[in-house]
Amino acid sequence: METLLQQIINGLVVGSMYALVALGYTMVYGILGLINFAHGDILMIGALVALQAITFAQHTWPHLGALPTLAFGLVVAVPVSMLMGYVIERAAYRRLRNAPRLAPLITAIGVSFLLQTIAMIVWGRNYYSFPQLISTTPLQPVKGVYIAPVQIVILIVSAVLMAALIVLVNKTRIGRAMRATAENHRIASLMGVDANAIISLTFVIGSGLAAIAGVMIASNYGIAHSTMGTLPGLKAFTAAVLGGIGNLGGAMLGGILLGLVESIGAGYIEQFSFGFFNSSYQDIFAFVILGVVLVFRPTGLLGERVADRA
Amino acid sequence: MPPDVSTPMLELKNLHVAYGQIQAVKGIDIALHTGELVSLIGANGAGKTTTLNAIAGTLPIASGDLIYDGARINNLPAHLRVHRGLALVPEGRGIFTRLTVEENLRMGAYVRHHRSERAQIEIDMQRVFEMLPRVKERLKQVAGTLSGGEQQMLAIGRALLSRPRLLLLDEPSMGLAPLFVEKIFEVVQSIVREGVTVLLVEQNANLALKFSQRAYVMDGGCITLSGTGEALLHDPKVRSAYLGEVNAE
Repeated sequence: METLLQQIINGLVVGSMYALVALGYTMVYGILGLINFAHGDILMIGALVALQAITFAQHTWPHLGALPTLAFGLVVAVPVSMLMGYVIERAAYRRLRNAPRLAPLITAIGVSFLLQTIAMIVWGRNYYSFPQLISTTPLQPVKGVYIAPVQIVILIVSAVLMAALIVLVNKTRIGRAMRATAENHRIASLMGVDANAIISLTFVIGSGLAAIAGVMIASNYGIAHSTMGTLPGLKAFTAAVLGGIGNLGGAMLGGILLGLVESIGAGYIEQFSFGFFNSSYQDIFAFVILGVVLVFRPTGLLGERVADRA
Repeated sequence: MPPDVSTPMLELKNLHVAYGQIQAVKGIDIALHTGELVSLIGANGAGKTTTLNAIAGTLPIASGDLIYDGARINNLPAHLRVHRGLALVPEGRGIFTRLTVEENLRMGAYVRHHRSERAQIEIDMQRVFEMLPRVKERLKQVAGTLSGGEQQMLAIGRALLSRPRLLLLDEPSMGLAPLFVEKIFEVVQSIVREGVTVLLVEQNANLALKFSQRAYVMDGGCITLSGTGEALLHDPKVRSAYLGEVNAE
């Protein structure tokens, strides 16, 4: 029982990080019909820029304290990543808006390589230890069940960000314009909406969320490097497809579910495969789910429209 | 109010519009004066919708001039034209089917985002409800569930919420039951009475000509005839080509 409870906690933590990244995929897909495969690398840029800023702060203001230092890292990393998302859309995707679907998809993969290469040039190929400014020493709220303060913070921050996004999209004038543009760019422009600005905004918000997720992942695992975005990126994409790509609630649900399946699966896989597999096979679950969903329910759990475009 | 003949509100001068290599509008001249209801009639594929889309800015102009309020707006993006009081109710209505009825209406008022406008927007919403009596109890419903006629009414109401000075209507009666067609024309007349200038594209030439002060007949991307609605209604060529009379003589 403790094992299950423990895996659920771990799953929620990992899942909420997937959900934050999945939101970026699903928002961009919803408005452009594009799978932005460079999204995972924005997460990596966010983490490495934050690392750079935190290191700077630690040297310059050694008495700043852990939380303000982390906050400084975020204050630098989030706008840098947002700017990056804006520039990528502007420079790479916008001119392909009316191109065949395959062109922007391949471009997205190219942008992903580009970001990784830029990161390698700037930071090298080293694995950096990421300062764990929020304690990772587990607390034991129930006997045999552990949760670290950093995990609690991840859960709370993710929940707040997702709630804020839901309010923005569903309750504000800008959010209404985002949904209108997602349904039809041309008709939205007939309402006076600057569709290009709305699309830019979508990239900016998604990139900001990815940067925060990147800092969470780096803080949780204590490590950052130039390819750290690839796997979480693919899993978040899986989460978005699982929930129904283009659907915000779906991305949140898909992220949490994927985190839970992965974590519970990893907890029991050894037992159920009679020792043949062990918990290091946990990544398998995401891709099995992706395959199963694409075969049996390509619209995902909450999606209505068939994802008929590349 | 008598139409102001001195300065046209909208002027198309030798306007050409093309889809790639295909010329859809081949140099047309149209002028609209403040307060007028002018219709543009013609067969399918004559270039009427293309003309409206070019005026609204969703299609680029190949050559010629588009002058609105004395300014050349050939290259003004579509969304900025709405800010200047130009609204299009597109062919096929263009309702946001996944947004609620209320959200569709609020999208119409998107350009009026200043705080001082809020109270007036609510008043304007009430007036749209009077125009569309059955809309009020369905505000929270997704707009895709409305019938074709209701969607057309919603589309017109939505366009009015931007407070246009020039309203372009593309086939508002298309595919609607006769009762709705009548109602749409009533609404169009009341819009004109309030001082909004209207350019109407219609398949139902008979009704369009009856209600319009002036009209243009389009064929193959060119204007072939123009005159008062009354005169065109009795023109033998128009009668045989567009009003379904086998032979006028």
